[in-house]
Amino acid sequence: MTSIGTGYDLSVSTYSPDGRVFQVEYAQKAVDNSGTALGLRVKDGVVLAVEKIKHSRLLVPHANRRIMTAGKHIGVATAGWISDTRHLVKRVRDEARDYRSTYKVDIPAKIIAERTGMYAQAYTLYSAVRPFGVSTIIGTVDADGPQLYMIEPSGQYVGYRGCAAGKGKQVAKTEIEKLNLDQMTAREAIKEAARIIYAAHDDSKDKLFELELSWICAESNGLHTHVPQNLFDEAIQHAERSLNDDEDDDEMEGDDE
Amino acid sequence: MASLRPGEANLGTTIMAVEFDGGVVVGADSRTTTGAYIANRVTDKLTKVHDHIYCCRSGSAADTQAVADIVKYHLDMYSSQHGEAPTVKVAASLFQEICYQNKNNLSAGIIVAGWDARDGASVYEIPLGGSIHRQTFAIGGSGSTYIYGYCDKVFRVGMTKEQCVEFVKNSVSLAMTRDGSSGGVVRLAVITKDNVERIFVPGNMLPEQYLG
Repeated sequence: MTSIGTGYDLSVSTYSPDGRVFQVEYAQKAVDNSGTALGLRVKDGVVLAVEKIKHSRLLVPHANRRIMTAGKHIGVATAGWISDTRHLVKRVRDEARDYRSTYKVDIPAKIIAERTGMYAQAYTLYSAVRPFGVSTIIGTVDADGPQLYMIEPSGQYVGYRGCAAGKGKQVAKTEIEKLNLDQMTAREAIKEAARIIYAAHDDSKDKLFELELSWICAESNGLHTHVPQNLFDEAIQHAERSLNDDEDDDEMEGDDE
Repeated sequence: MASLRPGEANLGTTIMAVEFDGGVVVGADSRTTTGAYIANRVTDKLTKVHDHIYCCRSGSAADTQAVADIVKYHLDMYSSQHGEAPTVKVAASLFQEICYQNKNNLSAGIIVAGWDARDGASVYEIPLGGSIHRQTFAIGGSGSTYIYGYCDKVFRVGMTKEQCVEFVKNSVSLAMTRDGSSGGVVRLAVITKDNVERIFVPGNMLPEQYLG
């Protein structure tokens, strides 16, 4: 950030001399400070997971969800500012409903991603607004099967088989790359998603956090829902166990030296 | 409620569409009237709204042409935005929405039929109030009232393309002889995955029938 103080970072309507829009990059920073969010597209569905960092023990469990439903078959997981998220999710919902009332069919993933991207992009053009401090992961199962897209603060949107945003995105992406997503079932994927969120969590920085898990698959009747309690508990057990295993391995390595 | 104004061209009509395995056959008579006067005796009431989707128009000629133009515009936008052809369901839903929202100002009874990669062949009927009905075959227009019995008796599930063409040709020409607002020639279109084949049956080549 050598350009801070040069005056080119005050407005989205001004490029810096080397062709950057700093406000968009700062928005990306806001995303990078947030708890990790990830999405997995597997053979029979989509799984979304979020590491919701809690700033107080007084918060009611499951309050302030960061995975939201934007349509019966559309799940949204986000990293970034929760207030910006809510605004953007409202837009996603409006677009999904608007499409359905025009064409009488569910909005395809590609179109909802495009429209959300276009909306976010408009906030990178005018001096009176700031870009959204949110990366939006949209998971759907549409007529062409499971789909996963991520929309950046810049408005760029890309389709993925697996994606992550937020603090732990590097760890998460490395872990996701090891998975055989095309062969995996949604049931297996929720365990992996939980494990990756736990692995990406940094206990030294944020003590309190809550895992959020949702899916869309045949077992959820094609609807976006939070995963059933028994599977959720199983996934957390799996995540904690593999985290402990890793720690044991580390200790053993230490003994050998 | 919508009614024709003095001098407005009317498609007091016989229109029809039938599904078969792999496509649809649509058909219509060719008479357009302004009161008792035949304004056009060789009208084409089968209007293309996308590569493999047609509509059969009945009611006010002006209204149905306008609605078909609007839907055609929307479907063009749809295919360029989605990168694929719209389904017949999407096309029919657009017709339905326009017909319903403007029901007090329109006089339009439309049959939408065609082929798409998702649902295959399909036929939708959108009658006067703006409701929508998916059917294996549909008849519409003033002439259709004379042939309900005939169609119900003759229609068979699983007819071949050739059988459907004969069925439509016979039904429409029967309606044409009884209905004063239908007549002229029979126009047909056979829409399949690969192409659209237009068939023209001149007035002197219509199927034989008892003429009293």
